[in-house]
Order: sequence, then C-alpha cells, then structure tokens
Amino acid sequence: MLRYVIHRVLYTLPVIWLVVSLVFLLIHLVPGDPIAQMLGEGAPAADLAAARHAYGLDLPLSQQYFNYWKGVVHGDLGTSLRYNQKVSKLLGQRYPYTLQLTWAALIVAVLLSIPAGVHSARQRNRWDDRTISVVSLFGLSFPNFALGPILILFFSIKLGWLPVSGAGTFASQVLPAITMGGALAAILTRMVRTSMLEELNQDYVRTARAKGLNENVVVYRHALRNAMIPVTTVLGLQFGALLAGAIVTERIFSWPGVGRLMIDAISNRDYYLVQGCILAVGLTYVAVNFLTDLLYSAVNPRIRQ
Amino acid sequence: MATSAISLPRLARHNPLAAAGVVLVVAFVICAIFAPWLAPHDPAQINLPGRLDSPSLSRWCGTDELGRDICSRLIHGARISMFVGSSVVAMSLGIGLIVGCIAGYYGGRIDRFVNIVLMNAFLSFPGILLAIAFVAFRGPGIFNLVLALSLGGWVGYARLVRAQVLATREKEFVEAARALGASDLRVVVRHILPNIIQPVIVQAAIGMAGAILAEATMSFLGLGVPPPTASWGAMLNDARAHLFDAPHLVLFPAVAVMLAVLSFNFIGDALRDLLDPRSRIEAGL
Repeated sequence: MLRYVIHRVLYTLPVIWLVVSLVFLLIHLVPGDPIAQMLGEGAPAADLAAARHAYGLDLPLSQQYFNYWKGVVHGDLGTSLRYNQKVSKLLGQRYPYTLQLTWAALIVAVLLSIPAGVHSARQRNRWDDRTISVVSLFGLSFPNFALGPILILFFSIKLGWLPVSGAGTFASQVLPAITMGGALAAILTRMVRTSMLEELNQDYVRTARAKGLNENVVVYRHALRNAMIPVTTVLGLQFGALLAGAIVTERIFSWPGVGRLMIDAISNRDYYLVQGCILAVGLTYVAVNFLTDLLYSAVNPRIRQ
Repeated sequence: MATSAISLPRLARHNPLAAAGVVLVVAFVICAIFAPWLAPHDPAQINLPGRLDSPSLSRWCGTDELGRDICSRLIHGARISMFVGSSVVAMSLGIGLIVGCIAGYYGGRIDRFVNIVLMNAFLSFPGILLAIAFVAFRGPGIFNLVLALSLGGWVGYARLVRAQVLATREKEFVEAARALGASDLRVVVRHILPNIIQPVIVQAAIGMAGAILAEATMSFLGLGVPPPTASWGAMLNDARAHLFDAPHLVLFPAVAVMLAVLSFNFIGDALRDLLDPRSRIEAGL
C-alpha cells in the first residue's frame, strides 16, 4: 500500500505544478494591461506604475513566475484590490463554507442514489425501475440554476418551511445541498443500478442465496459492497462538476463560499482574488482525485498490483 | 437499420423518448434559424408600464422586469443555445479528432506527450472552471465563450478517438491500405475514420447536451453573451430578483433549458443503443 501511495504522490506533484503554472499565466491572458483594467479608466499614470510595481508586474516573466511560486508556498497570493485584504485570508474565511456545502451535497447524492439504484436493479424492467430511470434522466438534464429557484419558490415561499438564503443553521443548508447534489444523485443512481445488475448476476451472489441468507443481506452486504467499487471512481470524476455546481448554488442562495467570492471578484475585475479562488478550487480538485485514487485502491486491492 | 431507423413513426413506437428528442431538437433548430420571423415581439423592446405581466393571450409567457416579451426572448435564446452548443461541439470535435488521430496513429513519443502531458494538463481542471477562468480574464463575448467551453471539451473526444484509432490501426484492412502505398492522411481519413466514427457521433450528441447546459451556466453566472442579447441562462439570472412577485420568469427559461438538454440526451442514449448493442447488454437493458 505504501508503495502505491508514494506512486500516487509522485504522479500528483507534476499535476500540482501544472495547476499553479496555469493559474499564474491567467493574469497574462488579460487583453491589454491588467493593472489599467483593475484600476479603471482614467487612473493617473503614476498610480498605474506604482500598482504595477507593487504587484511585481514590471519584472521579467521568469522572475514573476518565481515570485508567484514563492508566494504560493508561503501562502501569500497577493492582495485583493476590492477588499484591501490578503487573498489568502479571504479564502481562509470562505473556504470552509464551500467545503461544508460540498459535503452536504455529497451526502444528499449518496443517500438518494444508493437506495434508488439498488431498488431499480432489484426491480429490473418493472415499472418502478423505469420510473427511476426516467426521473434520473430528468434530474441529469435539469440545470441546478433552475432547480434552486424552483425549490426556493416551493419550500421557502409557498410552504415557508426553509429559509431563502444565508448560512449558519442546519435548515439553511438543506435547499443548497439538494440543488447541488441533485444532478450527482441522478448520475450515481444510473451507475449504482448498472453496477448492481452486474454484481447480482455473479456466482458469489448465487452462493450466498443458496446457503439461505436473507435477501437483504445478500444485496446490501455482498453485492452492494462490490458494486460500489466502480461507483467510487465516478464519484471522484464527478467532483469537478460538483465544484462547478457550488459556484452556481452559492450565487442562488447567497452562500458565503469561494464560488460567490470568485464571481463577485470577476465582476469587480479583482484579478488577484479571481486567481486565488481558481487556484483554491483547482487544488481541491487535484486533492480529491488523489484521495479517490487512494480510496479506490483501499476498496479494490487488485488495482495496487 | 438502414431506412427503417429514419422513419419517425417507427421510431416513436420503438423508442418514444428518442422520437420526442428528435421532434424537440427540430423545433429548437427551427426556432433558432427563424427566430426573427417566429417571435411575436421584438425581444429587446422595453415596455416599462407592462413589466412583470403574467402570461396572457397576447403575451404567452408574460413579460420580464423591463417589460420585454419572454416568449420572444425564449425563441431568440434558442439561437444562442444552438449556436454556442453546436460551435463548441464542432470545435471540440475538430481538435479532438486531429489530436486523437495523431496520438493514436503515430503512437510512441507523440502519443506519450499527448496522452500524459497535454490531456492531463487539461484534465487537471474541471472543464467549467477552465471556461470560467478563461472568460474572467479574457472578457465576455460569444467568441470567447465558444473558445472557453471548447478548451475543456476537446479532451473527451481526443481520448475516445485515440483509443479507437489505437485499436483500429492494427487491423488487416489498414495494413492492406498501407501496403498498397496509401499515405498516412489517406489511411486515417478514408480507412480508419469511417470505422471509428460511430461512438464519436454518440459522444457528440451527448456533448451537445453538455455544451447547452454549460452555455446556460456561464450565462447564468454573467459570463456568457453580454446583454441585451437574450439567452436562457441570463434570463434565469434576471429572474432570481423576482422569485416572490413573478415566478413565471423562472419557470419558462428553466423548462427551455431542460427540454433542450433532455432532447439531446435522449437522442444520444438512443444512438448508443442503436450503434453499439453491446452497451445495451452491459447496461442491462
């Protein structure tokens, strides 16, 4: 196992290098002068030069790249022009909220998809299987930025059960988590169903049934465990979509996470803050893929060889 | 499958979802092409006294916060969705085909570079984040949007094409073509491509659904086509402020996005079943 972990770490290092380098280059994508864009039209030339110097944009590119890495390693991602605070400090404040929401969405997706997928596979081709299939295809196609407002319309405005926006209480998490986890739940349901169908046809399931085990034990203790192996991979791959969902969901529910910080920063042309947010989300994605690989090898020892 | 697959009534009997998908896609394409003639009103005409009107006989889907006709904006929005969606798929597919063919056909060092360095670089970011980053720094606009979404989109096609080419180039008919002195370009275009194009078409149909959804997401975040051009995602974003007093503002564009995405997913699913019966068995259908 240790060898596998080291192997994965060595594989992840160049990816981290790539992510940081790409994020560094972003500021140079800005058409024209990023400092002039940030300070707005009509800024005096002296201010422009001073800001350019303060951000180190007057240095040669290689020096800028070196400084950027130095900053990343020291946790210094520059200063936000709008908030006049360190980008890393702002990220530190907002990141836990995004993480919390992502967890909640993952839990919603898993809680919905496993029972639905297992039921669908057991009832193969009956009407409830077909209903679940159609519902999951709808769930897959229904955009989260439409689902969110419709949930608010129904549960907050019509029924008054849950708050419209904000963060802090458990109730305020419910709608954002469903909005974000809905599409993932649909994808996972389809995956669990396919994977379960395969496992239920295996010899070991027949053996378990033949020795007189309770059907629920056969399905949940024997088949589901093995069926979850490919599902774990999909979960990791879908995490990127989940993070994108966080950006949308945070905007709908005024959730104070990194996604909302990023979209606000984009409209303010607060480039260093945008850069920081993208780096944070990008590195999270890399970390999750790394952890999924480890998890995958833990549940499926064959992969380590 | 030849002619029978094309007949719509037959399709409707065998696979009603796919038939619904085809009908919807045709409807959206007609809306997109003939938008100026089909739309009952000017989609950008502001009429403040008639703002936030509920649906009525003269305004089928009501009006938005500036009194603009929602039905007309939906029809014009189809234009953006279909144009951006098909451009993104065409561009991603084009890049994916070229890169995938080169990597798969020549193999060796080129393949390792493409497969390990290039694809991993683009896969290290979620596609939509790449698009957001690109538009955030390059600025909004339809060209930048298409470019941004293709940036993350081509990798999927390139991987598929590479794997297919890799498997096909060892076949006898490819060897035969090469033995007859056909150039690399001819072997790839005339012999390999026609044999691998089916799964690529399936991926493109499903990719179209993804591209439409991505365009709407970008517009919702304010990173799509700038106003006053009507796009479904931007309409949904505007509607958020009026959830209490005019819920129909959310409903209609939401349904439009969903139907567009759903119809391409239906077609993609049906094509996969049709072209690759093995997947049907694997999926247990």
